[in-house]
Amino acid sequence: MTDHRKPHTTPVKSWTFDDHTNSYIRRAAATGIYDIRGGGAKRRVPHFDDLLFLGASMSRYPLEGYREKCDTSVKLGTRYAKNPIELDIPITIAGMSFGALSGQAKEALGRGASAAGTSTTTGDGGMTSEERGHSTKLVYQYLPSRYGMNPDDLRKADAIEIVVGQGAKPGGGGMLLGQKISDRVAEMRNLPKGIDQRSACRHPDWTGPDDLEIKILELREITGWKVPIYIKIGGARPYFDTTLAIKAGADVVVLDGMQGGTAATQDVFIEHVGQPTLACIRPAVQALQDLGMHRKVQLVLSGGIRTGADVAKALALGADAVSIGTAALIALGDNDPRWEKEYNKLGTTAGAYDDWHEGLDPAGITTQDPQLSARLDPILAGRRLKNYLKVMTLEAQTIARACGKNHILNLEPEDLCALTVEAAAMAQVPLSGTNWIPGKPDV
Amino acid sequence: METIDLTKSSLRDLNEILQRQSEITNQKQWEVINPKGAHAVAVGLNAPLELSIKGSTGYYCGGMNQKANIKVYGSVGPGVCENMMSGCVTIEGDASQYAGATGQGGLLVIKGNAASRCGISMKGINIVVHGNIGHMSAFMGQSGNLVVLGDAGDALGDSLYEARLFVRGNVKSLGADCVEKEMRPEHLKILQDLLNRSDANADAKEFKRYGSARSLYNFDIDNAGDY
Repeated sequence: MTDHRKPHTTPVKSWTFDDHTNSYIRRAAATGIYDIRGGGAKRRVPHFDDLLFLGASMSRYPLEGYREKCDTSVKLGTRYAKNPIELDIPITIAGMSFGALSGQAKEALGRGASAAGTSTTTGDGGMTSEERGHSTKLVYQYLPSRYGMNPDDLRKADAIEIVVGQGAKPGGGGMLLGQKISDRVAEMRNLPKGIDQRSACRHPDWTGPDDLEIKILELREITGWKVPIYIKIGGARPYFDTTLAIKAGADVVVLDGMQGGTAATQDVFIEHVGQPTLACIRPAVQALQDLGMHRKVQLVLSGGIRTGADVAKALALGADAVSIGTAALIALGDNDPRWEKEYNKLGTTAGAYDDWHEGLDPAGITTQDPQLSARLDPILAGRRLKNYLKVMTLEAQTIARACGKNHILNLEPEDLCALTVEAAAMAQVPLSGTNWIPGKPDV
Repeated sequence: METIDLTKSSLRDLNEILQRQSEITNQKQWEVINPKGAHAVAVGLNAPLELSIKGSTGYYCGGMNQKANIKVYGSVGPGVCENMMSGCVTIEGDASQYAGATGQGGLLVIKGNAASRCGISMKGINIVVHGNIGHMSAFMGQSGNLVVLGDAGDALGDSLYEARLFVRGNVKSLGADCVEKEMRPEHLKILQDLLNRSDANADAKEFKRYGSARSLYNFDIDNAGDY
């Protein structure tokens, strides 16, 4: 028999209305509420992968690996503080709260960071005794909510980080949903158990950089001008924000790009507000240079730092150190395939789990559930974090030596080229194989 | 009585010597003269001192106070007693914005008026204002008591948690989720005690109580218009 039906082309799904978009629409229609999740931007944005180091050759000579020294120590807070923070490695642990994370996870972060010779950071909700006890160097976050804030803890800190914004949600506050409010979290935050806890988006007692300068004066007076004051900003307007942070009196500026994680916020916020880390660093460094403050006010870059190569590239572009959050959680065991069956039960898969706000984390990290939390051995997890930090440091050293640098901070933009026009424009380094930096006169 | 003249001593010297006083110090009486609007005066104190400040101060006077009793014979700038933990601070004049912000304990008495956002994010502090307070006061107030003998501005108690608000005068408007509540005997007792302790010549029965309707405690899409 002859088939008289007209032939069809193969089915084509819309690029605009792809499967994920359609599922988003169906979900929104069914629930009437936007999607909340943890983590940072998942979309593809220009990143450190789009940069390459040139290495040494005829015009540069390298240093011998395993033999010639390549120093990795950094000092943060040298501008005003009597006691700057001295770190063995240029990789710090970003602020993550007890509440968002289990007590075991916070302990593990402290253990790992201390063993690697670096600092860890509190988060919203205040300082726990476990965290202070297991952290050789602890940065105390001073947040808009002031949950758990008290002067006794402030004086115990090795540095104070005033959080103005974060990369995942510049301009946004936070929400710790009721299911994660255990008795202890509720007590620390002075709120009833089980209610959603809103973390404010701006500080309650100052507005703008002129006020912030006076706030910093108060904090310094309370802590005797001993410890450094960091200002953390999200990747919004990095040139102006860095300029104003320096003007306000920061010892250290922490700059967090859009790949930087959060415990929980709206997906639309994470994916559509803020700039990529790579786009933020050069304007921030330019601000420091224009004010004659580069290397005097230290710049800590965060948001999507994963490898020693990322560390080296961030430093080459002008940062003094980097900070990791999401990567540190993965090192502890977050999103590990060993929990795949349980991720499947939650409707997700290892590597994609981001409903951290629900408190059901199979890995026992982003939860307050006692049984789940108990799955994380803080000693073992701390060791994993230490190992990871050491590997990243060795990788960064390897690159620095190959570029002929005897200190990791001697890396410079001249050591880099870019693989894409976008990355060349953002990082302000030449496109590979050319001497062209988009937006700059030919060199 | 030890006197520190801020035209002769630096702010650092002032705060350092006051912060150095211990719980058991014999030198409890202190006086600061010529503050001339300086910021961060008497911050971070942690001993039961009796401190008089003769004149007006700038931002954050008495910030994070613990245990000290401070009297300011003048007016104060923004953020007086921010995050106060304990003790008692009395302002004879007026207070600017954010008075008692995030305070966790102690008693703040403002004999004059307080500007906007008085008691913002209060977490246990007691604040008594003899005069009026500005808009958005007690925003996101978590616990503690805010007492106002005069009037309150717009959006009182917006997004309130468990702080109790007592106002004798008019309230221009209530913020989201803030409602008038029944004044029960236990509230009258708390209020009268605060009035007595703050040298306020008023009867608790003249006040109305406001608190959280608790309808915004857990996110509900049907409340989206209230946020």
